[in-house]
Amino acid sequence: MSATKSAPGQRHTLRVGDNPIVKWLLISVTLFLTVILLVVPLISIFQLAFMEGVAHYFSSLMEADTLHAVGLTLLVAALTVPINLVFGVMLAWAVTRFEFRGRKVLMTLMDIPFAVSPVVAGLLYLLLYGNNGWIGAWLYDHDIQLMFAWPGIVMVTVFVTCPFVARELIPLMQQQGREDEEAAVILGASGWQLFRRVTLPNIKWALIYGVILTNARAVGEFGAVAVVSGNIRGETNTLPLLVQAQYEDYQAAAAFASASLLAMLALVTLLFKAFVEWRQERSLNIESDKERKAVA
Amino acid sequence: MSILIENISKKFGHFQALSPLSLDISEGEMIGLLGPSGSGKTTLLRIIAGLEGADSGRIQFGDRDVTNLHVRDRRVGFVFQNYALFRHMTVADNVAFGLEVLPRKERPSRAEIQKRVQHLLEMVQLEHLANRFPSQLSGGQKQRIALARALATQPEVLLLDEPFGALDAKVRKELRRWLRGLHDELGFTSVFVTHDQEEALELSDRVVVMSNGNIEQIDQPGTLYASPNSRFVFDFLGNANVFEGKTDAGVWRNGQASIALPNGAQQEDGQLYIRSHEFFVSTEATAQADLPLRVIAINPIGAEVRLELAPIGWQSNDVWEVDLPHKAFDKNGFEKGQTVFVTPKAGYFFAHDAKQPVEIHWSITK
Repeated sequence: MSATKSAPGQRHTLRVGDNPIVKWLLISVTLFLTVILLVVPLISIFQLAFMEGVAHYFSSLMEADTLHAVGLTLLVAALTVPINLVFGVMLAWAVTRFEFRGRKVLMTLMDIPFAVSPVVAGLLYLLLYGNNGWIGAWLYDHDIQLMFAWPGIVMVTVFVTCPFVARELIPLMQQQGREDEEAAVILGASGWQLFRRVTLPNIKWALIYGVILTNARAVGEFGAVAVVSGNIRGETNTLPLLVQAQYEDYQAAAAFASASLLAMLALVTLLFKAFVEWRQERSLNIESDKERKAVA
Repeated sequence: MSILIENISKKFGHFQALSPLSLDISEGEMIGLLGPSGSGKTTLLRIIAGLEGADSGRIQFGDRDVTNLHVRDRRVGFVFQNYALFRHMTVADNVAFGLEVLPRKERPSRAEIQKRVQHLLEMVQLEHLANRFPSQLSGGQKQRIALARALATQPEVLLLDEPFGALDAKVRKELRRWLRGLHDELGFTSVFVTHDQEEALELSDRVVVMSNGNIEQIDQPGTLYASPNSRFVFDFLGNANVFEGKTDAGVWRNGQASIALPNGAQQEDGQLYIRSHEFFVSTEATAQADLPLRVIAINPIGAEVRLELAPIGWQSNDVWEVDLPHKAFDKNGFEKGQTVFVTPKAGYFFAHDAKQPVEIHWSITK
């Protein structure tokens, strides 16, 4: 550390990779790209949303179709997040706490939703559960409709977002090991007491982080939902689909008004995410600080 | 509570972690499992706790067969090597955990739990830290809290995995003495794992020396040190110099060096193990031994001075270590690079195929 603060008369020493030209070039290029790729579009969403005035902005948001789309989007998120929360915890627990044949395969398989294009995922569900699909035909006979209705939208959203929670938990749970849990069981804790009083508090912040990511993606998913929803306005349109539909109808202002809702949701998510990261980092820092002191 | 271990064995895949072994531990005893890493000592400890299942054999606590009993119901205290304190709970909550999770019928009242926690913290002399979090404690403090937590449910068996491994020498010594005191006061049966011979010898009533999943020797520390029954135990209990000798006209010879056979010794080739403090050091060979060595290092260690010596004109796998009292060292004033001669006073002789050593003493001393 003393190398960076050079007292007068002392030689100025650089650490590896500290070339000032490289440093400022990289920083300015990154900043420039961030502004034109991220900041300008974000601001223009709001600018375009208000181009026909504040009154028009609010009246287009209060339209029945828009309100319905908001409701449907929230419903999808409200169902997807808890499902993937439970599934993610189970998956992470299974692969970090047990040794079994196929564990590695399972860990690879769970990344499929990230690797596959959401449109393909939507098509697969349509082929399986559509009226002519293998399972769909049986469902049709029993008068159950999944595709072109909200259950189908929830199903593909669950598929697309399912790795987020597990991906956050697995590295943490691997790093923490099982000693805490062994200690709790030796002290007499039952399975539920163990989970609630030891495991859950240990993974709390990573879990919340995973939920935030799941929620962000569930609200914004377009491709897979577009395929299975049938795109029926006022019935199966989620917010992202509505934005596109309005835009194609030459209702640019309304489209951007709807888009601004999504953008605001994203900003809130980011704020919350930053807060969680800060909390997580702080708890880690306190720990390593004290450990350093204890060693010294 | 006494612990009976009968024919316990364990395999991990193709690796035989424990060969069938038996061990009988009396009530109130303190047993040290001593061995290098991979010797199976931690596996044995975890099997006693129930954290690991044995492939064969049975375990009995008192007259209760616990072989198939779940960890939760064995009711042992266990202290982990890295303490495994719950990081999101305060010290007091950590200690209370074992009481809080008791079934409602057996669980003491809130006030009673608080009183017991207070008492346990006083016992480990850390009552002022009740509201701290584990990350705010030093290693030695964590260790004591881990112990208080393990003792909260009043187990009759306490198991400790490398309890002092991560602590510095001074704290380790202090805690060792303190644990011994606690053990004698509360009268539980303890088994601890260590790779530190000094720790095992100082703390245990009996030491179990293990290697490669087998028990090599079980004895009281004094007996173990005085009569190790195998090369492994001798090597592991440390500080022995080995002289590989061939008999030749009343002496063991190795290159230029020779040691006279004591009276009545068998004329056999073999290895002579001599502990580092069992030597005279002089500047000339004696009638009894001609072992020329060069001084390569001089380290004052506590009450003694340790000379590190390299053989001249004969073979040895390791550098020789000889400990001298300061007085003897000062009288001779040895220097680095100097040639010296050492003369053993006593040693242990392993004939070539023998597993057991013969103790030997030389009557002719300078």
